[in-house]
Amino acid sequence: MIAPHGGRLVNRVVEGGERDRLLGLAPKLPKIVLNAREMADVDMIAVGAMSPLEGFMNQADYAAVLATRRLKNGLPWTIPIVLAAKNADDAAKAREGGDVALETQDGQLLAILHVESKWKMDKGDEARKVLRTDDKAHPGVGYLDSIGDTYLGGRLSVVNRLKYEKYNNRRLDPVETRTLFKQKGWKTVAAFQTRNPIHRAHEYLTKVALEIVDGLMLHPLMGETKSDDVPADVRMQCYEALLASYYPKERTALVVYPQAMRYGGPSEAVLHAICRKNYGVTHFLVGRDHAGVGKYYGSYDAQKIFDEYTQAEVGINLLKFENSFWCKRTGGMASTKSSPAGPEERVELSGTQVRDMLRAGTMPPPEFSRPEIAQILINAMKAK
Amino acid sequence: MRESKVTVKIPRPLYRKIQLVIEQSGFSSPTDFVVFVLRDLLGEAERKPTIAAVKAVAAEATAAGEVGDVAEDFTAQDLETVKHKLKNLGYL
Repeated sequence: MIAPHGGRLVNRVVEGGERDRLLGLAPKLPKIVLNAREMADVDMIAVGAMSPLEGFMNQADYAAVLATRRLKNGLPWTIPIVLAAKNADDAAKAREGGDVALETQDGQLLAILHVESKWKMDKGDEARKVLRTDDKAHPGVGYLDSIGDTYLGGRLSVVNRLKYEKYNNRRLDPVETRTLFKQKGWKTVAAFQTRNPIHRAHEYLTKVALEIVDGLMLHPLMGETKSDDVPADVRMQCYEALLASYYPKERTALVVYPQAMRYGGPSEAVLHAICRKNYGVTHFLVGRDHAGVGKYYGSYDAQKIFDEYTQAEVGINLLKFENSFWCKRTGGMASTKSSPAGPEERVELSGTQVRDMLRAGTMPPPEFSRPEIAQILINAMKAK
Repeated sequence: MRESKVTVKIPRPLYRKIQLVIEQSGFSSPTDFVVFVLRDLLGEAERKPTIAAVKAVAAEATAAGEVGDVAEDFTAQDLETVKHKLKNLGYL
């Protein structure tokens, strides 16, 4: 089975006497209330989904990621996984060499951060190096603007797992997906990351993948997304409906990916691939404008960024796809790589066109979207 | 409120060695390093039975050429719990 990033699946969940000791210590510590992104990060770090990270990045790793798109030890890594002090008081109370209690917004203790470093970050510098823009209209830049400018880094000791309200029947940790793949006898597994409903074009990519691997994990991102993305509840209905009718049950698994979106395009594509490796995935699909937003990234920047690393460094196999569509001439799904047809022979719809149709209660053509999926989306639009 | 602290004596050569080890490591002092190591060690000590079981599972995996699919502290009992969960959720 594929090795985790860095060779070891991290486990930062503490139990027994050590947990009791930390629970006793926590009330005496300075505390920081985490936002949704940070809570998801803590939970993913806890179970090794972001191996080799054992906590929020310290200053040395943060600087290395910004400068080289690698951790300080040289492993590929593109997105800072960081904790921001929420205000000057939080920042002042946190001390290098000390501990900080990390809590959810409803006051549940999640973890103790063993603070290794505390530093002032430069928001513009991080935005330009990671997101390739400092345009405040970019949602990732907007997030940076919303947080404090002091980062705290260090190992985590997670005393309580984050409790999720929804989709608990679809949440599996890396050790669980790895066990699943082993039990299923899947030696090769492709993962598909999405934050959107799956229409025919993306279904086609996953089916192409299924032709060459043993199993497929639909791994939709269910962490925080921007407010105008399709809501998670609606997307989950779509995924369940699609799987029920159009995928072989024995070769497909739907599992929630709890991370928050960064909208980092190419940088985020690398993060998505590395994390999937930790879940035991051997092949990762990267299509057009992966994790992109607006027009900040080139259509295939998220594929090109992987050229900075060797295959051995990344570990996971990439399945790079061109834009796909229903081709009228060949009578099937295709891409410019597999069909000689011109643009006039393609059934393609822009995001705006699809939204307008759904809002009007009009079913998009079946060559674009499965009717079951279109109906769920129309119902969701009506309910708004 | 900060915890009170005590002094622990260690041999000076060991102290010098720690100073060398922590250079550019992110630890700001030998004390931080020692606290970190001891915490880690004590945490591990709490899980001794678990570690023994993991070694058994890891050895089995290594023999089967499946290194990399076993978490460091994943026990045989954990494995059964995970399989049970996967069955209950309909994955298996």
